[in-house]
Amino acid sequence: MSTPSGAETIFIRGGRVIDPAHGRDETADLLLVDGVIQAVGRLEFTAPCRIIEAEGLVVAPGLVDMHVHLREPGQEYKEDIASGTRAAAAGGVTSVACMPNTQPVADDLSVIGYIQERARQTGVVRVFPVGAITKGLQGQVLTEMGLLQRAGCVAFSDDGRPVSDSAVMRKALEYARMFDALLIQHAEEPSLSGNGCMHEGVVSTRLGLAGIPSAAESVMVDRDIRLVALTGGRYHVAHVSTREAVEAVRRARQERLPVSCEVTPHHFSLTDEAVIGYDTDAKMSPPLRGGVDRQAVLDGLAQGVITVIATDHAPHDEENKRVEFCRAANGVIGLETMLPVTLELVRDGVMSLSACLAAMSYHPARLLGIPHGTLAVGAAADVVLFDPEESWTVDARQMRSKSKNSCFHGRRVKGRVKQTIVGGRIVYTDEGR
Amino acid sequence: MSNLWTRKHLLGMAGLSREEINTLLDTAVSLREVNRREIKKVPTLRGKTVINLFFENSTRTRTSFELAGKRMSADVVNMSVASSSVKKGETLLDTLANLQAMNPDVVVIRHPESGVLEFLANNLNAALVNAGDGRHEHPTQGLLDLLTIQDHLPLLDRDSFAGLVVAICGDVLHSRVARSNALGLKTLGAEVRFVGPSTLMPSQAEEAFGVTVHHRLEEGLAGAHVVMMLRLQNERMNSPYLPSVREYAEFWGLTRNRLRLADPKAIVMHPGPINRGVELSSEVADDPDCSVILEQVANGLAVRMAVLYLLCGAGVRR
Repeated sequence: MSTPSGAETIFIRGGRVIDPAHGRDETADLLLVDGVIQAVGRLEFTAPCRIIEAEGLVVAPGLVDMHVHLREPGQEYKEDIASGTRAAAAGGVTSVACMPNTQPVADDLSVIGYIQERARQTGVVRVFPVGAITKGLQGQVLTEMGLLQRAGCVAFSDDGRPVSDSAVMRKALEYARMFDALLIQHAEEPSLSGNGCMHEGVVSTRLGLAGIPSAAESVMVDRDIRLVALTGGRYHVAHVSTREAVEAVRRARQERLPVSCEVTPHHFSLTDEAVIGYDTDAKMSPPLRGGVDRQAVLDGLAQGVITVIATDHAPHDEENKRVEFCRAANGVIGLETMLPVTLELVRDGVMSLSACLAAMSYHPARLLGIPHGTLAVGAAADVVLFDPEESWTVDARQMRSKSKNSCFHGRRVKGRVKQTIVGGRIVYTDEGR
Repeated sequence: MSNLWTRKHLLGMAGLSREEINTLLDTAVSLREVNRREIKKVPTLRGKTVINLFFENSTRTRTSFELAGKRMSADVVNMSVASSSVKKGETLLDTLANLQAMNPDVVVIRHPESGVLEFLANNLNAALVNAGDGRHEHPTQGLLDLLTIQDHLPLLDRDSFAGLVVAICGDVLHSRVARSNALGLKTLGAEVRFVGPSTLMPSQAEEAFGVTVHHRLEEGLAGAHVVMMLRLQNERMNSPYLPSVREYAEFWGLTRNRLRLADPKAIVMHPGPINRGVELSSEVADDPDCSVILEQVANGLAVRMAVLYLLCGAGVRR
C-alpha cells in the first residue's frame, strides 16, 4: 500500500474539489497513487487503500507560499527547516520559497546545496530556495544566477533589503532575463524610510514614532518598472503595501510588462492602528499602512492586479521582540494563519474562494516555474483539506513555528486545515485542538 | 478632590479626562504653598522611595522631580544612563526588573525612544511616571504648562480654557512637549495651533490632534492668547530639516515686533532651555509683562509633587 517514499494510495471521497488551474469547483473524489494525482471526478475505487472522508471539506491544491524565511542556516534559534516546514504543513502549505537572507547569505551554490540537503533530511514540505540577486545582499555584485538557477533556485531576491542602486538593478534585470529568471524586489527607498519604524501617518504622529512614508515603497516600484520597460526582465514586487505601488503595478500590467506583485495577509487585513500600544508584533517591513492603502490592496486583489498572497513568514525570538518598539526586529510569522485570514476575503466579498486559492497556489507556482499548485491528473499529489466553516481562535503559543511573533494572536478566524498531503504523504493531520 | 485619581501610572496626557487633569492641577495648587514656606518640607511621603531613571541628559526635569520628592520627605535616588548597566548590554527590561526588586514606590523615567513607558508598564508592576519618552509625551511638562496658563486666565479675562487660543511654535515634529500640551489643552477645551516649518511638522497633525497647522509664524500668532515656543535642537541645523540658524530666526523666531500680532495680553512660554536669539529673542524672554517662563519652572515643582503624591496612593485605593 505504501511505497518506499512513504507515498500511500489515498482515496479522498466526496469533498468539494476546487482546482483553480482548471476552473474546477464540484463535489468529487480524488485518487492519489505513488505520490501522483491519478484521477479526479466521481470515482469507483475498491482496491485497498487509505480512505479520507472529505464531506463538508474543501479539497484544494496544496498551498504555495512564495515568501518565507526559514532562517536556516544561521538563525536556527528563530526557525529551522524542520520547524518552518512543519508550520507550513499545519497551514496547508506544501511548497515554500525560502528567502536568501540567511547567515551565510544564500548567494552561493554551497549554501543552496546545504538548504536543499537539510530540506531533504528534515523538511516535510517542498522547499524551493530563492537565491540572492547580489553577493552578500550588498547590492553591488551579481550572483551566479545561471548556476544557481540550474541548482534549483526558483527566483532571486535581496529580500529584507532593496536593490537600491539603479544601475545594479538594471544589470540584474538584464542578466536575469537571459535565464528567464524572476527578480523579487523588497521595494523600499532606504533614504526615505530612514530611521522610521512604522507607517507615517496619523498614528505615527500620535505615537511619536518616526514614520516611513508610502512614497518609500512607490518611488522604488516606479523606478523598477521603468527599468523593466528598458530591459524586459521579469519583476515581482514583494509584500506590496501602498496604494501608489498597486497603481504602478496596474499600469505596468496594462502596458503588458512582465510585472507582478504579492500581498501579505497582514497587509490586507490590518492597518497601522494595530501598532497603538507599541505592539512589536505589529512591527514589520514594509509597515502596516493606513486604511486607504489597505483598501487599495483589497481592490488590487479583487481586480487581479495583485495575483499572489504570500506570508513573508519572518520568525523572531522573544529577545528580539520583547524590547522597546524602535529596537524590535521587523517581521511576523504567518504560515499557520494564511488560509483562515485569507478566507475572510471570501466572506467580505472581495474574492471568490477559487480566486483566493489561486492566489495561494496556482499563481505563485506559475511565477516560480514549479509544477505545483494544481490538481491536474499526473501532477504531484500535493493536497490540502480544510473545513471552511470551523471557527477557532489563533493562539501563537500553539503554533509549530519556533517563534511566536504573530500579529493575529487572539484573532477569531474561520477555516481550519484538516489534512495536508505532500507527494502522497500525509504530513499534517488536525488533532482537533 | 484628590480621590478622583485612580491610575497606577502617569504615562501621558493621552486618555486623561478633564476631571483627572483638574485633580492633578488642584493638588498641585494645594501643594504649591509648601515651596514658599521657610521650612520647605512636609512628611507626606515619608518612607516612600522614588527612583529617577534618566536615559537622556536632563538637569532641570531631574532636579525638579528630585526636589519634588525630597520636599515631601520621600527617599529619592537618581540614576543616569552613564552609571547604569545598560551599557554593559543589559536589556532595559532587566534593568527595570532589578530596580523593581528593590520595591520602589514610583519610578520616574526619561528615555530617548517613544513608547518605552508603555512597554515597561505592560511588563512590570512598579508605578511609572513619564518624564519624557522620545518625541511621544512629556506629561508633567504638559501639566505644568496647563497650571501656568490656568494661573493667567483671569489676566486674560477668561474664566476657563474654552475658546482660549494657544499657538505652539517651532520644531513640533520632534517635540513631546507639543504633543502633551496639545492633548491636555484640547481636553480642557482650548483651541490649539501648531506653527512651524513644514519640514518640522508631523504628518497629518490636524487629524491626529485636532489642531490647525500654520507654516507662517505671523498667521499662527494672530490673536493668540498663549504663545508657546519650542526649543530648536542644534542638530536640526545644517540638515535637510533646516538650512541655517539665520533663516530659522528670521522666519520662525519670536520677537517683540511679531508678538504684537498676538492678543495684547498674551503670555509667552518656553519649556527651556532657551536658544536666545533663535526661537526667542531676549527682549521677549526677559520681559516680565509677557514672559512666564520662570513661573513654569516653579509650577513644574508643584506639579511633580502632585504626581508623586497621587501615585503614592493618596487617591482612592486601587
